[in-house]
Amino acid sequence: MNWTVNDLHIILVGSLCAMACALPGTFLLLRRMSMMGDAISHAVLPGLAIAFLVSGTRTSWWMFFGAAVAGILTALFTQWITRFGKVERGAAMGIVFTTLFAIGLILIKQSADHVDLDASCVLYGALEYTPLNLVTLFETETSIVQIPKAAVVIASTLLFNIIVITLFFKEFKMASFDPSLAKTQGFRPMLMHYLLMTMVAVTTVASFEAVGSIIVIAMLIVPPATAFLLTRRLSVLIATSMTVAVLSAVLGHLSSQALPYLLGLPETTSSGMMATAAGFLFLLAWLFGPEGLIKKQTGELEKPPELELED
Amino acid sequence: MDLEILRETLLLERHNTRLVVLGVTLLGGTAGLIGSFLLLRKQSLLGDALSHATLPGIGIAFAVMSAMGLSGKSLPGLLIGATITGLLGVLLVLAIRRTTRLKDDAAMGIVLSVFFGLGVAILNMVQKIPGQSSAGLESFIYGSTASMVWSDFYLIVGTLIVTTAVTILILKELTLLCFDSNFASTEGWPTLWLDVILMGLVTAVTVVGLQAVGLILIIAFLITPPTAARFWTNNLKHMLWLSTIIGAISGWLGASISALYSNLPAGAIIVISAAIIFLVSMIFGRARGVLPRYLRHLKLQKKVGRQHLLRSTYEILENTQSETPLKNVPISMALLRKHRYWSKGELPKLIRQARAEDHIERQPSGELRLSESGFGEASRITRNHRLWEMYLITHADIAPSHVDRDADMVEHLLGAEIVQQLEAELELAKSEIESPHAI
Repeated sequence: MNWTVNDLHIILVGSLCAMACALPGTFLLLRRMSMMGDAISHAVLPGLAIAFLVSGTRTSWWMFFGAAVAGILTALFTQWITRFGKVERGAAMGIVFTTLFAIGLILIKQSADHVDLDASCVLYGALEYTPLNLVTLFETETSIVQIPKAAVVIASTLLFNIIVITLFFKEFKMASFDPSLAKTQGFRPMLMHYLLMTMVAVTTVASFEAVGSIIVIAMLIVPPATAFLLTRRLSVLIATSMTVAVLSAVLGHLSSQALPYLLGLPETTSSGMMATAAGFLFLLAWLFGPEGLIKKQTGELEKPPELELED
Repeated sequence: MDLEILRETLLLERHNTRLVVLGVTLLGGTAGLIGSFLLLRKQSLLGDALSHATLPGIGIAFAVMSAMGLSGKSLPGLLIGATITGLLGVLLVLAIRRTTRLKDDAAMGIVLSVFFGLGVAILNMVQKIPGQSSAGLESFIYGSTASMVWSDFYLIVGTLIVTTAVTILILKELTLLCFDSNFASTEGWPTLWLDVILMGLVTAVTVVGLQAVGLILIIAFLITPPTAARFWTNNLKHMLWLSTIIGAISGWLGASISALYSNLPAGAIIVISAAIIFLVSMIFGRARGVLPRYLRHLKLQKKVGRQHLLRSTYEILENTQSETPLKNVPISMALLRKHRYWSKGELPKLIRQARAEDHIERQPSGELRLSESGFGEASRITRNHRLWEMYLITHADIAPSHVDRDADMVEHLLGAEIVQQLEAELELAKSEIESPHAI
C-alpha cells in the first residue's frame, strides 16, 4: 500500500467533516432526534436540483442556499405535521423526507440530458477526487503547502458549528435536557430547535459534494452514540464524540485501502468504509464500554448516576 | 393519443406494462396493510433502518453467487441476501434498544447509516470484479420497474400473498400488540415474538419492493398510506382497508405513469401520489383531519359560550329577585358584564349569536331580556350545572367553593341520559335546585 499526500488530504477532509457532523449530532442525540439527520440529508436533494437548474453550476452559493432551505423546510414541515395533524414524529419525518427526495429525483431525471448532476453523487460524494482540487495555503521559496478546496469549505462549517455551540451552549444544554424548564426560563427552545436544524442542514450541504450524505448521516449519529455509552458528562460527551469521529475517518480510509487488498478484491470507497469504521467503534463501546455487554454479563456493573445537567 | 395509452395502461389493457402495474399495485396494497401496524406500534422509521440494512446483503449475495459461478444478478439470490442483512439490522436495533441507554432513534440511525455505508463499500468492491456485469445493482437504491420480468412477478406476488395471509391469521394478536403491548404481555402473549413476526412481515414487503421502488422510497409505501388512512377513521378494520386501498392506488398510479414516461421513476411518482393523498386526508379527514377538528372545536366553543351567557342571565334574575317563581324581567348589559369574566369582545358576540337564535331579545331601552324559549333553555342549563355541582360535592368530595370551576369544564358535554342518571343518583328529579355556593 502506497502512502501518498492524497491519502493525507482524504483523511483531512474526512476528519473535518466527521467533526463538523459530530458536534450538532451530539445535541440531536440528546434531543432524541437522530433520525432528523437522515431525513434532512435525503431531503436536500430537491433544493440542490432546483438551485442547480437555476444557476447551472455545481459549486455556486445558489446550491448551498437551495439545499439549506430544503433542509430547514424538512424540519418545519415535520413540525407542522406533528403539531397540526397530531401524527407521530417518526411517521411525519418519513413522509416529509421521502416526498422531498422523490421530488428531487424527478427534477434530476427530467433534466438529466443537459445537466451533469445525479442522485448518486449526493449519496456517495467524491472523496477520492478531493485531492484534485487544491488551494494553496502558503508558499515559500522551498516548499508549497496545499490543501483540498473541500477542506476549506468544511473547515469553515466546523468553525461555524463550534462558534454557534459555544455562543449558545447554555441554551442548547437546557433545551436538550429540559425543554419545559428552558421555556419557563425564557430560553426559547423552539428557536434553539431551528438553530440546530439549520446547523444540521448547513453541515449536510457543505459536506455532500466532498464526502456524500453517507458519511454525514453516519457521523451525525454514530460517534455521539458511541460517546454516549462511554460517559455521562456533557463536555466529555462532546469531546469523546469528536475524537471518535476523527478515529472513524482515519480508520475508515485505512481500511478502505487495506481491507480489499487483504481480501483480494478491488479497492473501495473511503466514505462507505468511514461509516463502517464508525459502526465498528460503536460495537467496541457497546461490548467493552463501562456499561458494556461484557460487564453486564459478568455482573460488575454498578448502578451509575443519572446524566448530570451540571458541567 | 397519449391519453388513450394512459387509459389502456391504467386499465391493464397494455400487454407490456400489465405486469409491472399489477405487481406494484399489489405491493402498495400489502405495504399499506402491514405499515398500519408499524404506524400504530410507533415504529414507522424502523422500515427506514430495515431497507437501508438490505444493501450489504445484496452486495454480498452478488459476490457469493459470482464466486460460485452463477449469475450474480439472479433475483431470488439477491433477495435472500437482502432479507438476511435486513433482519440482522432490525435485530440489532432491538438489541441496542434493550441493552443500552440509547433510544429508538439513535438505535435506528446507527444501524441505518453503518449498514448503508458498508453496503456502498461492498457494492463498490464487487462492481469491479472482472467478468461479471453488475450494472443494475444500483437500481435497488433508486428502484427501476423496467427490469421486472415474469419470474420476478411470480416471486413478488407469491411473497405478498403469503404476507397478507399471515397478517390476517394473526390480526387479533397484532391488534393487541399495537394497542396495549403491556397488557398483551401480562396476559401471556409472547410480545417479543409477535414483534419479530411483524418485523418479518415488514422485511418481506420491503425486500420484494426494493427492485421496483428502491430502498429509499420503499419506506414511504409503509408510512404514508397508513398515516393518511388514520385521519379518516378511528376504527382499526376501516383503517386497514383504507390504508390498503390508498397504498394500492398510489402504486397503480405510480407504475402506470412511469411506464409511459421513462424519465419519471416509478418510486418517485408513487411517493408523490401517496403524499398528495396524505395532504388531502390531513386537511379533510373525517375523524382526525385538521379542518373537521377545527370545525368541531368552533362548534363546541359556540355551544359553551351560549350556555355561559344564558346561565349568567338566569343567575342574575335569581340574584335580583327574592320571590319564586322567577319573573323574566329585562336586565342591563352592565350587570351581565360584571357577573363573570368575559374575554374582550366576547359578550357582544355571544349576545348577537343568542339574538339570532331567538334566545335573547333587546328592549327599546337597550336592556336585554330572555325570550320564551331562551328562559326555558337558561333554566335547564342552570339546573344541569347545579346537578353536576351537587354530584361533584357528594360523590367526588370537591369543596363547594371550588366546585363551580370544575363543573364548568364538563357540564357542556352532559347529555340528556347523563342528566337523568344524575337526577336519579341525587334524588332530585323535577325539583328546583339552589346553587350550592354563593353566585
